[in-house]
Amino acid sequence: MNYARYYTNGKKLYDVHCQNCHGSDGQGLGKLIPPLTDTTFLKKHKSEIACWIKHGISDSMLVNNVLYASEMPGNANLPDIDIAAIITYVTNTFGNKQGLYDVSEASADLKKQCIIIK
Amino acid sequence: MNPRLIIPVLCFLFLSCNQKSDKLPILGNREAVTRVVDGKTITDTIYQTIPSFSFVNQDNKVVSERDFKNKIYVADFFFTSCPSICPVMHRNMLNVYDKFKDNQDVKIASHTIDYKYDTPEKLKEYATKLGIEGDQWEFLRGSRDSVYTLAERSYLVAVNEDANAPGGYIHQGWFILVDKQGRLRGAYDGTKEDQVSKLMGDMETLLKETDE
Repeated sequence: MNYARYYTNGKKLYDVHCQNCHGSDGQGLGKLIPPLTDTTFLKKHKSEIACWIKHGISDSMLVNNVLYASEMPGNANLPDIDIAAIITYVTNTFGNKQGLYDVSEASADLKKQCIIIK
Repeated sequence: MNPRLIIPVLCFLFLSCNQKSDKLPILGNREAVTRVVDGKTITDTIYQTIPSFSFVNQDNKVVSERDFKNKIYVADFFFTSCPSICPVMHRNMLNVYDKFKDNQDVKIASHTIDYKYDTPEKLKEYATKLGIEGDQWEFLRGSRDSVYTLAERSYLVAVNEDANAPGGYIHQGWFILVDKQGRLRGAYDGTKEDQVSKLMGDMETLLKETDE
C-alpha cells in the first residue's frame, strides 16, 4: 500500500532530520520548539508544511496556545517525495490522523505557497 | 555442601560486595609530587582542576569558580540558535535539572560559544522558554578566548567557529561532571539518553563521596 510506504519512509526521515528538535514523541522542547501534537493547527496549515520543512520558518506561530518565535532551519536538499513522506508520517502520528499526503501534493504546495524570506 | 552454611556464606559475600566502593575515576592531567614527611618520602598526585573563570549569567550577574566551590556540577557548551545537537542535549539536561532541583550541592553550567549573539538577555529568554528559573542552571557568556580556552584545555571539549557547520559553530555534545574540588570525574555524551542516565547515577555517587 502506498500509504504504508510513505509512512514508513517518513518515520525514517523524521528520525534523521526532525527528531533531534521535535522529539521522538513529537513533544518539542519547552517553549523553544513547538510540538507536533496540535491536530487543529496541522489541519489548518497542512498546505504550508512542505514549505516549512524545505525552507524553514522565521515567523512566530501559535501552537497549542503557546507562542513560538525561534527560527526553524530548512532542509533545502530534501526531494519532494521525502518531504511528502515526512508529512504523511507527522500528520498521522502524535495524535493526528489525516491520511496519505503524496508527492504530487507536496510538489504542488511547494510551487504555490512558499514565501521565502532571506 | 551443608545447607545450613549457605545463608552465612551468602551474607558474607553480600557484605563483602557492599564494602567495595564505586569511586568515580579522576580524569584529566595529573602530576606526581613528592614531599618528605618525618623522614619518609610521600608521593601525592595533583589532579587537573578547573581554573578560575569569570562569566556573566542569564541574569546579568558575574559568575566565577567561587559560585561552584564545594558543589558538584555538570558543564556543557552550546549556543541558542543551534539546530543540531543542542536541543537533544538540553532535553536530556532537563532531566538532570529536574532530578537535582533545589539540591544545594548541585549546579549546571551551560556555556555559550556564540559570544556575538547570545547576550545575557538572549540567554534569559532561552532559559525561560526551556522552563528554567533561579541560578541552579547557569547559562554563561564570556569572551571567545576565555570560553574556548576553558572548553578545550580544562573541560577537554572541542569547540570552534565553522562557517560550513549548521549554525556556524561546531562543538562536542559532552556533559562533563566536575566534583567539589574542581576535578573532572566523568564525560558523557549529552545526546544519548542512556549516557545521561549514567551521569545522573554517577552524580549520586559523587554526592556521597567524602574527602580523602
